[in-house]
Amino acid sequence: MIPRPEDLIRVLPETIWCVFGCLMMLLQPFTRNRHVLSFFAILGTILGTSASIYAYQTVGTGPAFSQLIQFDSFSIFFHLLIGLVSILVVLAAGPYLERENLESAEFFALVLFATAGMGVLSSAQELLTAFIGLEMSSISSYVLAGYRRDTLKSSESAMKYFLLGSFATAFFLYGIALVYGVTGTTNLTQMANVDTSGNLIKLGLALILIGLGFKVAAAPFQLWTPDVYEGAPTPVTALFSAGPKAATFALLLRIFATVPAATHFWFWAFWILAALTMFVGNLGALVQTNVKRMLAYSSIAHAGYILVAFAAVTYLQGNSDTGGSAAYAAVLFYLLSYALVKLGAFTIVGQLGGAGEKHLSLDDYTGLGRRQPVVAAALSLFLLSLLGLPVTAGFFGKFYVFKAAVNSHLIWLAVLMAINSIIGAFYYFRLIVVMYMRDVPGEAAHGHGEHAESAHTEAPLTVAPLTPFPLPVNIVLVVSAVGTVYFGLFPNQVLHFVLQSNLLGK
Amino acid sequence: MPLPGLLSVLIFFPALGALALLLLRGDDHVWIRRLALTISVVEFIFSLFLIPKVAIGVSGYSLVEYYNWIAVPPIHYHLGIDGISLFLVILTTFLTPISVLASWSSIDHRVKEFFVMLLMLEVGVIGVFVSLDLFLFFLFWEVMLIPMAFLIGIWGHERRIYAAIKFVLYTMAGSILMLVGIIWLYNLTGSFDLPKIQQALQEGRLFTLTSTQEMLLFLAFFGAFAIKVPLFPLHTWLPDAHVEAPTAGSVMLAGVLLKMGTYGMIRFCLPLFPNAAHKAAPWVAALAIIGIVYGALVSLVQPNLKKLVAYSSVSHLGFVVLGIFAFHNISMQGAVYQMLAHGISTGALFLLVGMLYDRRHTFEITQFGGLATPMPKLAAFFLFIALASMGLPLLNGFVGEFLILLGTFQTHASWASWAALGVILSACYLLWAYQRVFFGDVTVEKNKTLPDLSHREIGILVAMAIITLWMGVGSTFFTNRSAASSQNVLDQMQRSNPQEAHLHPNAITSVERPATR
Repeated sequence: MIPRPEDLIRVLPETIWCVFGCLMMLLQPFTRNRHVLSFFAILGTILGTSASIYAYQTVGTGPAFSQLIQFDSFSIFFHLLIGLVSILVVLAAGPYLERENLESAEFFALVLFATAGMGVLSSAQELLTAFIGLEMSSISSYVLAGYRRDTLKSSESAMKYFLLGSFATAFFLYGIALVYGVTGTTNLTQMANVDTSGNLIKLGLALILIGLGFKVAAAPFQLWTPDVYEGAPTPVTALFSAGPKAATFALLLRIFATVPAATHFWFWAFWILAALTMFVGNLGALVQTNVKRMLAYSSIAHAGYILVAFAAVTYLQGNSDTGGSAAYAAVLFYLLSYALVKLGAFTIVGQLGGAGEKHLSLDDYTGLGRRQPVVAAALSLFLLSLLGLPVTAGFFGKFYVFKAAVNSHLIWLAVLMAINSIIGAFYYFRLIVVMYMRDVPGEAAHGHGEHAESAHTEAPLTVAPLTPFPLPVNIVLVVSAVGTVYFGLFPNQVLHFVLQSNLLGK
Repeated sequence: MPLPGLLSVLIFFPALGALALLLLRGDDHVWIRRLALTISVVEFIFSLFLIPKVAIGVSGYSLVEYYNWIAVPPIHYHLGIDGISLFLVILTTFLTPISVLASWSSIDHRVKEFFVMLLMLEVGVIGVFVSLDLFLFFLFWEVMLIPMAFLIGIWGHERRIYAAIKFVLYTMAGSILMLVGIIWLYNLTGSFDLPKIQQALQEGRLFTLTSTQEMLLFLAFFGAFAIKVPLFPLHTWLPDAHVEAPTAGSVMLAGVLLKMGTYGMIRFCLPLFPNAAHKAAPWVAALAIIGIVYGALVSLVQPNLKKLVAYSSVSHLGFVVLGIFAFHNISMQGAVYQMLAHGISTGALFLLVGMLYDRRHTFEITQFGGLATPMPKLAAFFLFIALASMGLPLLNGFVGEFLILLGTFQTHASWASWAALGVILSACYLLWAYQRVFFGDVTVEKNKTLPDLSHREIGILVAMAIITLWMGVGSTFFTNRSAASSQNVLDQMQRSNPQEAHLHPNAITSVERPATR
């Protein structure tokens, strides 16, 4: 079959990402100049991302390659999101790699391949295509996790991720096989028209759910998350927590929205997954003293919140109720707000970690509000967004998820989510407390005792003032902070776009 | 682009001021203080323009601003003010410059951040009082949380971190359930707009709530407000927050933040869920009375002067809740009045305690004694305010408590008699504390040389004292303006089924007035 021109244009983003990935590998023998390599990597990610807009404007939405790929506003949204994530990760990674004295070219190549994989994942309309996308992103991720290969933790992270990840992939593949056995097709569009009442397809979908549940770190498949997130280089952690998670959720949405099999069964599956994931994530985060690990657990918790919206989606599916699109919008908006915030937060953590990422404990953040007020303010903003306080994107994300849950009469799940938000408030706020309120050792205890008068004298800080952040990192922080506030004030435009990507409409 | 209305100006002027403050150099303490004072005084003057906008004897909202904000779900930027919120806004704008002045010299590190937080707190609180959209209300409700937590956590005393975290967790716990409630209500009614929901519920034409739904929704809202008030047994965050907060934080907390809870009850719980409110009233009243007596008894035995004042807040706010849930016009007016009176008198008490702390750096009553000798002026002001707080006629506390007890007595005589215990006990603990602090011999050597009030402090206290006296003798100025609105709240509770609706013709008046006046 000869591909039509529009087919090619519709996969242009993935093509560009892959081409630039190869280019990075080819460039490496010729130049070691980090700036050149960074430049090409950034160029590649930006071009790939804008290619999805270009494709939308020239050929519009529609299927490609005889329905292997579905290029609709849903996948455009995810392409833009993933593209943004990769741009910011590449930007933040440049100074990081230089500091840690790691090779740039391979790193960028892997990020670009992973991005392409996620792009495929989010637009796949067919399970085998999805599998290819999943593998592309996963295998790059395994390597990226172990990129600091002389560090024990990083190697452990890669090993753990690889072993458990391939296990999960096997589940996913076996699930596809079973589903194919029952329905005779791996195409999601055709699957919607097949009788899917049997038990075997339930088993198949359950296996798929397990495989993807692993990727999004849903409990009880979350065990790898803290270790992998902690061991991986921080820009990679930022990528993991934002990119693959979003892409996998996109695939989950596509599968569980178009396959009408036994929706009530899935409703309860998502209900339990969501409740479990929220509690595991939040309770785990509660006892962490390592900030990176805490954010890893918070990623699990947030996967739980998104799964609440999933439960709402499946409920609405099962009862052919109206308003399902709002539940989709909730998932999409949440992923966007969450990606921005996690990128910003992990970037700051990576930068403050210092050479070898040694300063990751809560105590290292003591007095950050004094030492680096702007950074501390930005981190507080991200934490407040994770916490879901207003004027941040996280607030609207949480609000829409709540709304979707209440819409689907999932009052109790909403209440569980509320309880979890309060648990979350404790550990997010604790970090803010450490940054601003704890006494810096060596500094005069202020405001109390008889020493109040001498409090404002600038006592020498025991912790040496940190070097200012490099420009690319600052750009990442500005983008994510401005985005967080902007979407926290005006979620309208994104929502409008997101609501177009109504999978139920078909 | 239409010009912003007065209420928008009131909300966002302090925010702009805070931005301007950020531009100043951090070590330029003098100008930071001056600028903060200017901003808050100008804000106060702005707020005075509100008074003529609220007509006497007319209920309903004035100065309404109504813009679309978010299309899906329909969220509007909807502001308005009536007789109940009018004076709460002015109380806020009045206490903010007072707090700025009170922190003039006692806050000496991170001065800029302190005043920025104080102004942001003002933004949140005013927003809460003037929002007529449930979503907007919730937004401001949450916005005020962070500045207050920072005020406690950064500039507080020894156990400030514990107190700040406790404050945040308690408030979040309440508000997040309220968010679920708000969304559920939206789901049932299709609107976040308070007057719209009210009218629709009242006329019962679009939908009716089942009694279980109504009760759950009532609890979701009431829980958040009860924590904020705080109603016994949810009050345990309050003494910690108060004791650890800096003086300005305590003044704002006692003066206006607690009022957000009782305001929410009046504005949301009663008109939206009247049947549930009626069902819950005996329980709420019981908790309120327990709070009154318990708060007073704990105050009686407190060795810590600031904690004493904090627990007296629990007691006084119990009166307010009792007045609201007695469902009588007089007690409702009393509750509104008591909110203002408590804001002034307890705010002033915290200021005085803060001034003592500035001199001695302790709150322990045993460390004081005989202070009237070195500090006659401070002693005189303290006595004046303490008398107002315990409800001496001609001063502000009397009017509120008297109206509450009078109104409550007419509906539930036994509630009023139990609550009256609180009046007696408040006299006991305040006078006894006064005696221990100011009379007798000077037992601690340090206390002999304490300086009396400075001009700045006298200025603050004179302003508070004048208001106290004025509220005591000229109470009609306030009650005239809040009477119609309080009656309106009670009218809005009359509904349930359509045939009952026209037995109460007043019930439909003035619920929705989209046009600005």
